[in-house]
Amino acid sequence: MSTNNEWPLWEVFLRTKKGLNHKHVGSIHAADEEMAIENARDVYTRRNEGISIWVVESSHIHASSPSEQESLFDAANDKVYRHPTFYNIPDEVGHI
Amino acid sequence: MKLSNLETFCLILADSNLILGHRLSEWCGHGPELEQDIALINVSLDLIGQSRSLYQHIAKNGETEDDIAYLRDAKDFKNHLLCEIPNGHFGDTIIRQFLYDSFHYFLLEGLTKCKNNFLRGYALKSIKEVQYHLKHSGNWSIRLGDGTNESHNKLQESLNNIWAYTPEMFELNTPEIQFYEKLGLNKDKIKNNWINHTNNVLREATLKIPESNWGQSGGKTGQHTEHLGFILAEMQHVRRSYPDAKNW
Repeated sequence: MSTNNEWPLWEVFLRTKKGLNHKHVGSIHAADEEMAIENARDVYTRRNEGISIWVVESSHIHASSPSEQESLFDAANDKVYRHPTFYNIPDEVGHI
Repeated sequence: MKLSNLETFCLILADSNLILGHRLSEWCGHGPELEQDIALINVSLDLIGQSRSLYQHIAKNGETEDDIAYLRDAKDFKNHLLCEIPNGHFGDTIIRQFLYDSFHYFLLEGLTKCKNNFLRGYALKSIKEVQYHLKHSGNWSIRLGDGTNESHNKLQESLNNIWAYTPEMFELNTPEIQFYEKLGLNKDKIKNNWINHTNNVLREATLKIPESNWGQSGGKTGQHTEHLGFILAEMQHVRRSYPDAKNW
């Protein structure tokens, strides 16, 4: 929460079309969730960018720490069995 | 120039949208919050776009929509006076917008079922945008009216100041009444819907509707407030100064 008179920050997620995931597109300020949806609509969806909006108050998002980069993400890539690269995915499956 | 009833009807609506759209465009870069700056400009662009298709429809003899928008003087503009009132503070703008959006929405709702093909198509396309305008200005009226003491008092003052410009939207002369009948457009229904909706929202906003029924009119016959001349001077300046600039 902000300590001054500023509205809280909200993260905006858009679904661009049916079947796709909501993707983070940016953030906006708003006093409550209803205003957040409207502001997100006005700032991010005026050119047919989306068919659905999610907003989440930024303070509710917990992020990993940059200092843990190595221990969290630097997986041993030589263990090939970790990656599902031995399957062919048919085109008809679409987005999974 | 003698205008047909259809042309007069289109001009009243197009001029109202254009002038109010221009007024809202004055907020660009001055909105109280970045998000609301963008929101007001979105509404502005919607309204200007709508006026454009109406001008295109009534343009004739090689005229373009630009000629109609930029080369007429104040006395030829038929917009409702409400649309040319200065922006004032954010609350003034919101109340002006709410009172117009409600009228605009119920007018378009009627037009979606009218007997003129062009106007029906126009209304079906525009009403989606105006539905959002109405939601936006209505929500803000409630937020500010039912907000702090300061915002409530400011908004009540905005409402009191602009109220006298609302009756004009429902004043129809004889040819207009005949045209409404020809279209199958029910003027009483539009007015009653407007009264009901504005009453509901303003009540939720804890605002008191002014009791006076006195109304200032004249916009539709070209008798404008002193403000319109200044709007046109700014809006038409480039087009009139560079009449040969075709691509801009």
